[in-house]
Amino acid sequence: MSAIENVSRRRFLAGGIIAAGALVLGVRYYSKLSSGDKLPHDTNADRATLHPNAFLGIDADGTVWIVASRSEMGTTSRTTLPLIVADELDADWKRVKIGQAIGDKRYGDQNTDGSHSIRSFYDAMREAGATARFMLIQAAAKQWGVPAAECETDLHVVVHRSTNRKVGYGDLASVAAKLPVPSREELKFKPKSAWRYVGKGEVSYDLEALVTGKAIYGMDARVDGMLYASVEHPPVLGGKVKSYEDKEVLKVAGVRQTVPIDPFQQAPAFQPLGGIAVIADNTWAAFQGRKKLNISWDNGPNETYDSDPYKNELRETAHKPGKVVRNIGDADAVFAKGSKVYEADYYVPLLAHATMEPMVALAEFKDGKVRAWAPTQNPQAAQDIISKELGIAKEDVICHVTLLGGGFGRKSKPDYVAEAAVLSKKVGRPVKVVWTREDDIKFDYYNAVASMYMKAALGADAKPTAWLQRSVFPPIPSIFDVNAVYGDPSHLQQGWTDIPYDLPNLRIENGPAKAHVRIGWLRSVANIYHAFAIQCFTDELAHAAGRDPLDYLLDLIGKPRTIDFKGVDYPNYGAAFDAYPWETGRLRHVTEMVAEKSGWGKRKHGKGTGMGIAAHRSFLTYVATVVEVEVNDQGEVRIPRVDTVLDAGLVVNPEATRAQFEGAAVFGASIVRSGEITATKGAINQSNFQDYPVARMAEAPYQTNVYIVDSDAPPAGVGEPGVPPFVAAFCNAIYAATGKRVRDLPITKLGLS
Amino acid sequence: MIQLKVNGAEQSFDGDPEMPLLWYLRDVLGLTGSKFGCGVGLCGACTVHVNGQATRSCVAAMRDTAGKEVTTVEGLEKNGLHPVQKAWMQINVPQCGYCQVGQIMQAAALLNSKKKPTDREIDEAMSGNICRCGTYQRIRAAIKAAAGEMP
Repeated sequence: MSAIENVSRRRFLAGGIIAAGALVLGVRYYSKLSSGDKLPHDTNADRATLHPNAFLGIDADGTVWIVASRSEMGTTSRTTLPLIVADELDADWKRVKIGQAIGDKRYGDQNTDGSHSIRSFYDAMREAGATARFMLIQAAAKQWGVPAAECETDLHVVVHRSTNRKVGYGDLASVAAKLPVPSREELKFKPKSAWRYVGKGEVSYDLEALVTGKAIYGMDARVDGMLYASVEHPPVLGGKVKSYEDKEVLKVAGVRQTVPIDPFQQAPAFQPLGGIAVIADNTWAAFQGRKKLNISWDNGPNETYDSDPYKNELRETAHKPGKVVRNIGDADAVFAKGSKVYEADYYVPLLAHATMEPMVALAEFKDGKVRAWAPTQNPQAAQDIISKELGIAKEDVICHVTLLGGGFGRKSKPDYVAEAAVLSKKVGRPVKVVWTREDDIKFDYYNAVASMYMKAALGADAKPTAWLQRSVFPPIPSIFDVNAVYGDPSHLQQGWTDIPYDLPNLRIENGPAKAHVRIGWLRSVANIYHAFAIQCFTDELAHAAGRDPLDYLLDLIGKPRTIDFKGVDYPNYGAAFDAYPWETGRLRHVTEMVAEKSGWGKRKHGKGTGMGIAAHRSFLTYVATVVEVEVNDQGEVRIPRVDTVLDAGLVVNPEATRAQFEGAAVFGASIVRSGEITATKGAINQSNFQDYPVARMAEAPYQTNVYIVDSDAPPAGVGEPGVPPFVAAFCNAIYAATGKRVRDLPITKLGLS
Repeated sequence: MIQLKVNGAEQSFDGDPEMPLLWYLRDVLGLTGSKFGCGVGLCGACTVHVNGQATRSCVAAMRDTAGKEVTTVEGLEKNGLHPVQKAWMQINVPQCGYCQVGQIMQAAALLNSKKKPTDREIDEAMSGNICRCGTYQRIRAAIKAAAGEMP
């Protein structure tokens, strides 16, 4: 973790930057650094002999340096993105070294969320590799005096077949470095038949470090002379310290001082929460000192927040007309005709991320500049908030990204990184702020609590003739604007405005809800509660109509078509519709395939056992899941088997993708079994794994089988899309096994035991 | 003054005897393989061996380690990788990896006492170790793979 980079080794490559094309490759970034008074931003890739763009460098010994610009929290993107570069470069993966990028806008977006690392960077990674390969071929051709068109690459070498000559990449690096960098139009990409790694995948670059304890997470960051901090935050969001007493704190061995942190201004965004920090020589002393703090709080207006009445308020709001976000035909006219109408309310409480590594960050403020080391999904946001909090330029903030002990969206919000920087400035030493698990659970950016009201009229063929759905949840924009109460298109799109059914009369609404805690992105986000409502309601309608849930689901999905979003504010996860249309045929296909793989309708189910199915598209990936459950006489629920089929377009790393969907099933199991955050008088009631339990081994699915549809469609997301259909399928399976319908999560309220 | 052995080396400690072993290992000795996850013995990320027994180091006070032999992941295997670590790599268990050292220490202790654990025995032995990424089915598979390779 040495912070000192060897600046004297820095080399500048004239013209070594390719022209615009991919947004991230065209940035000329060195001019700022050459003044000599800025923090070093360069990487081993930058310092390599051949350095055609920000992501890649090749040394004379043949070492290929690839920059991982996205954060690694377990999805393997730190490995998978470089794998695309290596493939297009025809590089030997064993000779590739990966360097983790600091926060730096020359890499483009670094906020590792939204399941889009591969989707957004696939082309950029290919270009990086193809650019270097082009230059290496040119260099070899020049050296041999033959046309470049006669040369090709093989593993880490350029070859001239007719004369049987070959030369290694390392030997070509210095010659290639003198050549002009080609434009994108000049590049030739490898055909699929020549791909070495894409579609085959690789295990994590860090695998051995992960099993030997050598991997460095934020929790493990150390610099000389650092102190440790633990912060007592206001128990209610927006609370302030009225007064505090630290006499007993300072008596604790190892405690140095206490430091107040200002409360945040306006909306919380990513500002530190405020409170009193205890600074000590080690983590334990800081924790112990904190217990002796005596603080009098002004809790502020959120003190009136209680989650039980709030739940009822959400439900009442969901029963009233809301803002119409999509409409087809006239659902009310059909309902008014007096046909058989079905209604149901669904509810999902606040959910905490509970990453295994609690929030932690190390920062050093020195001479008006900050260096931070943090497990962050979003280092550029960390730079932003630190520069704002400390009143320094963003370029004077270096944010090193460590490995993340889980992220799930929590670590996209760098409040804890800013906290470390603020404390370091106040203390005059490097400070590592360590959140306890209790801090982590109580001061999260929770997945929104949500209430969904569903209503449908069924025709003679049991298909819906009219459908109304209304969701109400405190929206994520409330962390930036306290007055935001309606869902924004980027969250209403998540399994709500894009209901995949071909319905003649459809109305989709959203009602207002004020936030009293910080709301944030959590793995799959609004898809969790939206898919839960739609896919469980579909199951209810199937049973009401006496239909098989699979057949009924397929009937509702209907014939393959592309959903027309004319007049609907549907951002499609930021992707272009021509590359990523919403194709119901793909959803139908994964549904049919999962039915076949799971043996749907073909396996006998005894007492207390059953299967549930659900299908959902999120983050541009189509997923269908079948969950099998066993419920014993004590009401204990086991999940012996899960089958899930995904169509994520091109899958670069199938092994890592399977792991993501296995993990998504466990994440979903936690949500259904026990995921619930509640509040009393504005303060969160839960604190640790005894009252915010997450699935342990026996509670997780025993076996999750993951099947990947072979597809040439452009790559879509894999980190999040497994969760929503699992949640709904699990609940539908519980109904099949017990006859008890899950409408309120978690199932602790269901009375199974 | 508390005397103990950590990974075979004699150590002495004269700080707060209530300090949990975890923070002594991490903050004092700089052995950061063992992780802080919950601080109350509920998640297993801090699991080490004390006299061969899997122990939650976040709730094991230094005063109770006097005269004991502590083994952390850094000392699990003198030469190369332990069979459990090899199995973890073969099955490609980790995702974020943060809990995995604790899982590995727990699994190694299990296999020291049970050569061929059943599913139920694995579930029970591993029940104190949380993996939020959800790698449990691979953990179970890796334990079974390692079971055949234990000395």
